Amino acid sequence: MKAWRQLGFWLPLAIIFIWGLAVLLVRQDTSRETAFTMLMFIGLASSLNILLGYTGYVSFGHIVFFGMGGYTGFYLLSEQNWPLVAAALAGGLVSSVIAWLVGSAVLRLRGAYFALATIGINEAARAFVNNFGPFGGATGMFVNFSVYERYGGAGEALWTTFTYLWIVTLAVLVVSYLVKHSRFGLGLLAIREDEDTAMVMGVKAPRAKTIAYMISAFAPGMIGTLYFFKNGNVEPGDAFQLHMSIEMLVMVMLGGMGTVMGPLVGAVTYQGLRGYLLTSPIFKSLHLAVAGFILLMIILFVPTGAVGWVRSRFRGLRRVLQ
Amino acid sequence: MILQVQDVSKRFGGLQALTNITFDLPEGQILGLIGPNGAGKTTLFNVINGVYTPNRGRVIFRGEDITGLPSYEVARRGLARAHQVVRPLTDLTVRENVMVGACFGREGHSLSLAARQADAALEKVGLLERADQPSGNLNVAQKKRLEMARSLAAKPYLLLLDEVLAGLNPSEIAAMMEMVRAIRDEGFTILMIEHVMQAVMSISDRILVLDYGVLIAQGSPEEVANDPQVIEAYLGDPKMTERLLAE
Repeated sequence: MKAWRQLGFWLPLAIIFIWGLAVLLVRQDTSRETAFTMLMFIGLASSLNILLGYTGYVSFGHIVFFGMGGYTGFYLLSEQNWPLVAAALAGGLVSSVIAWLVGSAVLRLRGAYFALATIGINEAARAFVNNFGPFGGATGMFVNFSVYERYGGAGEALWTTFTYLWIVTLAVLVVSYLVKHSRFGLGLLAIREDEDTAMVMGVKAPRAKTIAYMISAFAPGMIGTLYFFKNGNVEPGDAFQLHMSIEMLVMVMLGGMGTVMGPLVGAVTYQGLRGYLLTSPIFKSLHLAVAGFILLMIILFVPTGAVGWVRSRFRGLRRVLQ
Repeated sequence: MILQVQDVSKRFGGLQALTNITFDLPEGQILGLIGPNGAGKTTLFNVINGVYTPNRGRVIFRGEDITGLPSYEVARRGLARAHQVVRPLTDLTVRENVMVGACFGREGHSLSLAARQADAALEKVGLLERADQPSGNLNVAQKKRLEMARSLAAKPYLLLLDEVLAGLNPSEIAAMMEMVRAIRDEGFTILMIEHVMQAVMSISDRILVLDYGVLIAQGSPEEVANDPQVIEAYLGDPKMTERLLAE
């Protein structure tokens, strides 16, 4: 496939590229923090979309890869003094390996059973880390301050982290597009529509699902490393927040499952809304309830999400909105 | 022999779905599989293409023992299937549906080649002008054609057709029969389950009759239609035979 000739390939990349570049040029701490959160969720939602949108498997515990990858990366860079890039890659790798091990077992389950199993995995990972000495147990770990020297001080390190996250997000979008428009991706879509039929047609479903799960786990591991490095500490309560998993689902559904652009639109919209809700005096303790309500409304009335809806309404935009 | 089924039995709990089924299918033939509802016809298909593993017996496809292989391994060896209850991949376009067959079937094409194969298969079944529509929008007859195109695009050695005529009106049946004949003439071997008796009698080279999971007769359409056991179990009425053979 000639991806570089397709407008639908370039559009999400252009948005993220220009946005990140603008933040880097303006060099303002507040806009960096906002953009960091947004890019993080775009990356997480787009990764989840590979499993949820392309393969049709609902994972409620996807945040486990953010947590486990983040813990691994944080441990390596803070305790073992690895450079940030290597630590983040290692975090992603560990997440993928966990996905492979776990996926070989739980991807045999379908529908609600799989969704429930993923919650169990997240809770099991949290319990494990709570009691795992090298990761600091229940108190977690704090970054060794000497680590920042490598990046020219703590302030500069934040900018470096942002730049890496920006690159990771761009990479996730590229992968998302390439997977969707590949032979492998066609197999995933077939599994999503009807797994038994797909197998009768020759799709090696068990292997394809496991690979999709591994791909969708890699970037969350990297993003977790970057996020916890930016925060300067990591603890079990932050790393395995079930509600973040659910928010990721809302973002994918809101923007449009199975599209490249959807998770981007969904993440930005949801984060924008969440920012408003958290600061508004009426809704501030209700933002999760609102998220649940949105999810319900989407499933009932716009199951294809914003991008899916636009695609079905305006056929001319299909090439642009992939 | 392209397919040899040897002494196959399949049990679901207390239900003996298939009992000691044995038959051979030579290359290039159309073999019809008939029998009353619940006789085990679809179960036999499921055993042949790896959806079920038989409790006993062997399935040999082109000289290789494929008993118990998962269905995707069987598909990759060149055995495709059109389902009785049509199962289009609803949210994908018609072309994408057929591309799945071409990509993951025997020849395992790349995407761009698969797209070309898909268009060729769609042209054969007369669905090319609908290639870009979502497959969920097709009517039943078109979905049956889609099932055919999808299995054809895999370029299989053997095609299992499960009631492709069911639910079609007489003119659609005639068109579909024409298509099946054309496919056979191209060199595909076909094993088909069918309830429309005139159709299966006129098109098949040989016929198998299943009743309660037991193969009660096999032979040419004439032999089968005159078999007393078949008349009793399935046709019901001796005059039915005369009518069937007259068509």
